[in-house]
Amino acid sequence: MLGSLIIVFREVMEAGLIVGIVLAATRGIPGRGWWVSGGIGAGVVGAAIVAMFAGELSQAFSGNGQDIFSAVILCIAVLMLSWHVIWMASHGRELAQEMRSVGNEVSEGSRSLFALATVVAVAVLREGMEVVLFLYGIAVSAHTGFMSMLTGGLLGVLGGAALSWALYRGLIIIPLKHLFAVTNVLVSFLAAGMASQAAAILANDDLIPAMGYDIWDTSWLLSDGSMLGRTAKVLIGYTDRPMGIQLLVWVLTLVGLVVVERFVRTRPQSSAS
Amino acid sequence: MKLLVAAIPLLAGAWICFPQQAHSQTVFQLTVKDHHFEPDHITVPAGERFMIELNNQDTTTDEFESYDMKFEKIVVPQGTIKVHAGPLHPGTYTFFDDYHPDEAKGTVTAEEKK
Repeated sequence: MLGSLIIVFREVMEAGLIVGIVLAATRGIPGRGWWVSGGIGAGVVGAAIVAMFAGELSQAFSGNGQDIFSAVILCIAVLMLSWHVIWMASHGRELAQEMRSVGNEVSEGSRSLFALATVVAVAVLREGMEVVLFLYGIAVSAHTGFMSMLTGGLLGVLGGAALSWALYRGLIIIPLKHLFAVTNVLVSFLAAGMASQAAAILANDDLIPAMGYDIWDTSWLLSDGSMLGRTAKVLIGYTDRPMGIQLLVWVLTLVGLVVVERFVRTRPQSSAS
Repeated sequence: MKLLVAAIPLLAGAWICFPQQAHSQTVFQLTVKDHHFEPDHITVPAGERFMIELNNQDTTTDEFESYDMKFEKIVVPQGTIKVHAGPLHPGTYTFFDDYHPDEAKGTVTAEEKK
């Protein structure tokens, strides 16, 4: 039971960290509860569908199907996170000051919500697929201990969800004046981390150049396999032995976001988007 | 958006400057049966890219994973997958099935070529 609890908890936690940040980042935007739950729901359904076709997916693109799929959905998430950062740069202040729906802000807000709901869906889909396959595996191999493993799995889901909620509650302690500045930093790091993960996946299949392997080795300090290492991977894209391309993409994404964000934020206020 | 504009020529440039490696990497064949890898130990040359081809002969889906060789791939029952790894420094590395981590595990030893 403990084994399956840990496996499921790990995956749910990874998606849950992202959901927690998204929940905090959308505080005060009307209708966000529906969007976020919609994203989770879509992710779960998507995970079940993808899991069903896991075999076919593996064979696609001369055996690189799983990796290309992961890289593509990571890139979608990066675009959506970037959209949110830039949207927040122009609307964050008003949102923090007013905290209530003001006419046209509602439709504007829902566009950013769509972006973040997509991010939630992608995160849940990626990790959820592994959970679905794992639990399905338990269900079909009807050996003894089935119930205890299933219980472990369900407890893992609950544990991961609780952690996500705790992260959200922790983040919203931050005064509203600063909350969006903090969540924008978190979201920017999420985007850079996901972009570099996508690059690593493609480079590992020799689809793009790796530009050097093992640029450094910090596995003695924080190993990719440890719980903390996994958390750091989700939050900032940490890896203990990065490839050159990962660092390049990470820096480019983060610098790009900071530059565009600053540009939008310092632009004279205008009524257009 | 600016980011994309900047990234595309850079990546494209990199693509041209660093030609793709020839697909002549050594492939090591592995099977997993009753949640045990066969063979559960392989020796590879250090400093070279290589591939491991895994055939899953169990009735459960497995996730072929290694933290220190950086791969992670799902393999369905009766399915076969390939993962890329290396170049490795001389030493011993571990791999496992993330869904049955206590039973299915193995090692790769990277050796300096004589």
